Amino acid sequence: MSKKVKAAIIGPGNIGTDLLMKAMRSEWIEPVWMVGVVPDSPGLARAAEAGLKTTAEGVDGMLPTMRADGVQICFDATSAYVHAENSRKVNEQGAVMIDLTPAAIGPFCVPPVNLAQAVDARAMNVNMVTCGGQATIPMVAAVSRVQPVTYAEIVATVSSKSAGPGTRKNIDEFTRTTASGIEKVGGAKSGKAIIVINPAEPPLIMRDTIHCLTAEDPDQAAITSSVHAMIAEVQKYVPGYILKNGPVFDGKRVSIYMEVEGLGDFLPKYAGNLDIMTAAGLRTAEMYAQEILAGNFVPTAA
Amino acid sequence: MNLSGKKITVHDMCLRDGMHPKRHQITVEQMVTIAKAMDEAGIPLIEVTHGDGLGGASVNYGFPAASDEEYLTAVCREMKNTRVSALLLPGIGTVDHLKMAVDCGISTIRVATHCTEADVSEQHLTMAAKYEGLDTVGFLMMAHMIGPEELLVQLKMMEDFGANCVYITDSAGYMLPDDVSARVALARAELRPETELGFHGHHNMAMGIANSLAAVEAGANRIDGSLAGLGAGAGNTPLEVFLAVCNRMGVETGVDLFKAMDVAEDLIVPLMDHPIRIDRDALTLGYAGVYSSFLLFAKRSAEKYGLSSRDILVELGRRKTVGGQEDMIEDLALDMAKARDR
Repeated sequence: MSKKVKAAIIGPGNIGTDLLMKAMRSEWIEPVWMVGVVPDSPGLARAAEAGLKTTAEGVDGMLPTMRADGVQICFDATSAYVHAENSRKVNEQGAVMIDLTPAAIGPFCVPPVNLAQAVDARAMNVNMVTCGGQATIPMVAAVSRVQPVTYAEIVATVSSKSAGPGTRKNIDEFTRTTASGIEKVGGAKSGKAIIVINPAEPPLIMRDTIHCLTAEDPDQAAITSSVHAMIAEVQKYVPGYILKNGPVFDGKRVSIYMEVEGLGDFLPKYAGNLDIMTAAGLRTAEMYAQEILAGNFVPTAA
Repeated sequence: MNLSGKKITVHDMCLRDGMHPKRHQITVEQMVTIAKAMDEAGIPLIEVTHGDGLGGASVNYGFPAASDEEYLTAVCREMKNTRVSALLLPGIGTVDHLKMAVDCGISTIRVATHCTEADVSEQHLTMAAKYEGLDTVGFLMMAHMIGPEELLVQLKMMEDFGANCVYITDSAGYMLPDDVSARVALARAELRPETELGFHGHHNMAMGIANSLAAVEAGANRIDGSLAGLGAGAGNTPLEVFLAVCNRMGVETGVDLFKAMDVAEDLIVPLMDHPIRIDRDALTLGYAGVYSSFLLFAKRSAEKYGLSSRDILVELGRRKTVGGQEDMIEDLALDMAKARDR
């Protein structure tokens, strides 16, 4: 087995636990710490059982030993409110922060679109946009790499059960951060994001609609092939990323209808919105890890 | 039914819900003309927003003839007595839109969520409640989908976030009077006495008036309607008809009935692109419990892909779609067309 880069997961909730299960299969990442704030949290107990060091003292509980423990990558699966503080602390200890919250203090990363640039930039904090962003920005980019997109809009519909309290408390953060990602990473001149929460039982699988308005008449063949190629890229880490319909062309409108089924590690399969986040976060970490192991990048405190 | 002496506030929806059948193309000038006539008729409260609320301008819901800011600014400055409300659906609009609408001069903000998802309104209701004197309303859509007890939990949540008025909203025009009575009565018994209670009906099963009366009887004091029924599906509760019934029953609204009738006949009806009536598809909305603004989207997709709009609507109901899922309609139509051609 090749050498791995050691990592810490902050936030032992559903996302953190799903991420842990994925990370334990990684060829590049070895999760060694799980950080929480609630002593009797089942997530911390599960992590301890998996052999990780745990603390219920928040990031502060890990800081004194994280350098000695060799932690070079941290994932934040808590909330936007506490992220900046978490990030500052682990950066000071020389670890890269991969931000799964919508705090968006670092550059956005959507793996099939700009992972290489994000890693090349050696940023000590990268942000994974939002679940809706991970599911839709690749499609916006698939259109905008063919021809200019003046406006892109996405509608993410998620099951009620997969929308956690963090998302609900600050749903505006979702729409703002996703819209910004559609522009900055997706390449649309202007972006808009809509999220709909549906309580149907059994829970619906995450659905995403992507509408792009092209500046000139769309090159239908080129866009269709670009979309299929991009879907194949996403499927490398989210096999359940499926084109349901489209691209549909109507004047300058290009519409793409997607469904995202998760792997069902810790989170149920319908929660493709959460799965695509953890999978994208891990993929980003693996790319950093490869650079670190190759000696191309030494994460250091700024 | 004895409602004599009850005082209620009617709230006209023509310039918000009425944007749906107009494909959001009502002009600023038309809005101002209509709003002034409503002011003249003594209608106390009118809603002015994109059909899908602040920030609704989109491919998914339709781009309007003017921005929310342009509509609100133009209407608010012309009002003498009538107050203006704006609608906001979290997930579509944000607190930035809310601030903009307050700056334009609204008196009332209505924050709308699906009936089971009140907690997504916390951010918006909490902020609205901090504005001195801003009438802050929580609005639970598709309220037929859950029972009175479950609905009460969600209404209380909105009350706790700072709403001084909460609404039971029959977005699909599905409810029958007993459904309304049960929900409103429990809410009235359990919410704080000072919290106002509203009902918003759609006329898809011709129950707009009957349901609104049932709501008043059970303790609601705000009733939504629209003159000539201009609204999604078969329209909202036709307000001039409701006002006439209120007059006969001794319910006090403060509105001049004949003036309201004239606005409906002389200004609203001529504005309609098609008659707002209970046609086959609108009836299907009510019958199958489907969000009323899906109507025109289903008609368009049916035409484009050679399908029955009724079949599309029935399937949308079966899948328990909720407000905002307009994008599902073309997707579903494509699936249905594929299945047919197979």
